[in-house]
Amino acid sequence: MAGLGETLGRAATWPFTLMARAVDPPLRVWQRWTGTGGMAAVFLAPNLAIFGVFVLIPLVLNFVYSMTGGTGILLDQRPFIGMEQYGRLLECEDYTRRITCREDQFWTAVTNTAGFVIFQVTLMVVVSLITALILNRNIRGRGFFRAVFFFPVLLSPVVVGLIWRWILQREGLLNLIAVNLGLEPEIWLNDRFYAFAATIGVSTWAHMGFYTLILLAGLQAIPRDLYEAAEMDATPPSRVFRRITLPLLGPNFAVVLVLALIRSVQIFDEVYVLTGGGPGTSTLYLTQYIYEVGFASILRNPGLAAAASILMGAVLVVLTLLQLWLSRRAEGRRAR
Amino acid sequence: MSRILAFIFRRRGHGGGWHWTDIATWIWLIGGTILMFGPALWLVASSFKGPAQLAEFPPTLLPYVQQTAMVEGYDAPLPLYTATQEDGSTKVLAEIRRIGVNSQMVDPGNPDERINVNIADRSPVREIGLATGNYAEPLVKNNFLRFLWNSVFVTVMATLITLFTNSMAAFALSKYRFRGRDGVMLLIVATLMVPLSVILVPLYSVVNAMGLLNSLWGVILPTVATPTGVFLLRQYMLTIPDELLEAARMDHASEWQIYWRIVLPLAAPALAVLAIFSVVWRWNDFLWPLIVLSQREHYTLQVGLNTYAGELNVQWHYILAMTVVTMIPVILVFLFLQRFITTGIAGAGIK
Repeated sequence: MAGLGETLGRAATWPFTLMARAVDPPLRVWQRWTGTGGMAAVFLAPNLAIFGVFVLIPLVLNFVYSMTGGTGILLDQRPFIGMEQYGRLLECEDYTRRITCREDQFWTAVTNTAGFVIFQVTLMVVVSLITALILNRNIRGRGFFRAVFFFPVLLSPVVVGLIWRWILQREGLLNLIAVNLGLEPEIWLNDRFYAFAATIGVSTWAHMGFYTLILLAGLQAIPRDLYEAAEMDATPPSRVFRRITLPLLGPNFAVVLVLALIRSVQIFDEVYVLTGGGPGTSTLYLTQYIYEVGFASILRNPGLAAAASILMGAVLVVLTLLQLWLSRRAEGRRAR
Repeated sequence: MSRILAFIFRRRGHGGGWHWTDIATWIWLIGGTILMFGPALWLVASSFKGPAQLAEFPPTLLPYVQQTAMVEGYDAPLPLYTATQEDGSTKVLAEIRRIGVNSQMVDPGNPDERINVNIADRSPVREIGLATGNYAEPLVKNNFLRFLWNSVFVTVMATLITLFTNSMAAFALSKYRFRGRDGVMLLIVATLMVPLSVILVPLYSVVNAMGLLNSLWGVILPTVATPTGVFLLRQYMLTIPDELLEAARMDHASEWQIYWRIVLPLAAPALAVLAIFSVVWRWNDFLWPLIVLSQREHYTLQVGLNTYAGELNVQWHYILAMTVVTMIPVILVFLFLQRFITTGIAGAGIK
């Protein structure tokens, strides 16, 4: 029986083994010719080629698109118009009133996203931190509960969106609960406020398990003897939390905060399936704006979408640099 | 029983009473369990209900199907109802057809006599049962089998290519010294800053220029060179001792053989973690396939689901069942491989 698994495994990898054998002789010739340095190039080539074509070239092209006009996607159909697209995005007659902006949809998306980011990241960090602190206690079945909170992280955003659309619809589970509590049933996603709250709640539900894991890892790295020493001195728990837990969790906490910010700014998938940006434009966020301007609307404007994505990218670059700096600092502290 | 409970709800202090934090802990954990699993379980339960039952309020917890009976003289089985008659007694009747507010019914025991009943006076006879047609019909009729195949193809191909290209790059970056190595590393770090949502328009144009629009390869290729994968594998390969490689070189192994026969097998644990991540990522991808694939026969499950759920008249009984199908691989990963993922995240902070 033990041989069976091995045979099956060999049968499954057999095409790859054959492939690897076939490329060996030509690579040997290449190696003799260029030395091991040339082999490094061979190993790097596929990944770098894909990087180059699908990340680096688009990155450069993005600027070109943002400075050209027209509705065509091919570059030779697009006249150069300079900073016109950025002007269109950012120009308002009266900056206190969104409606006077040339591209008021963009400003709607920006303000919606800002509101979403503030509330969602706060909720996310608070809920993840509480869960991590609880999982860090001396409880039975910690592994099980850790898995419980992680479960929605694996679900696809489309599934998440549909699960909650189903619960929030008129004949849904939430209305069943509402009626049993003596409240009026609602069509939750048709209400501007509830729809906005739902996007925050649902995205927190879907991702909090991920941040909980990072925070829990940080908590478990705090040496036990610190707590024991505090217990001996009869330090009150609130003081232990403020003086030991928070400072030592600091680096992980910062990483979580910035990661949550980066992902919150780009929110699209689950919200698009849940509310489609509605009702009206009350849950229209930046990525959906870019998607609609660039691809989905009839009067599509790739240049405008590119300009908007560059503005969003600038925010993300700042946040990512912050994250890299923070996680390097966290690593340094762990090493010490 | 009480000893089991005492074991499960082991408390903080040593003996003594319940501290309020113990109670709060268990409320949070049990409430959390309900909140995390409940919605998905509700979806699964709902997916076995027929369309009429889905439109009901209040919804029932379990799926029911209406009972039917074969009545002499009718080809198809007729649905059964409990009808309240004029004298107040109830009787189980089979419905032939509905005319306005009246229902023409027949007693299965006495098929010759037809009875007219007001539809307000009848209620369906139901038993717990599964509307399995929710699953079978969309798979066959509405292309979902095709979407399923497309999703599997994208996931498997993208994962294989990711494993190959990322492990080769990681090998070069961890085991060779060459000019520009730091530059390459920096480049890969930099791409972390460029999420897909920032380069949608130019990426579309590149994929268009390569003739990959409406092709599954247009979905696969832009996603495979993951910087996280290169990082993860490189960190792991750094722990493989160089002496092993030197020994192989003494035996005239080529560099390719060293990669293929020594480094790859030794990096298997890291490759497994990356494979699991890649499967989940690619299976769940939505925005990019939504943009690249505009013809129905090329849709992946996620895009197909979104399209059917976006129709004016949503056929929830199909959507719910297909959502469950979409969840299956991820649930398998959760049940059997969850540990690899959670340790991967806790260790490297990747997602």
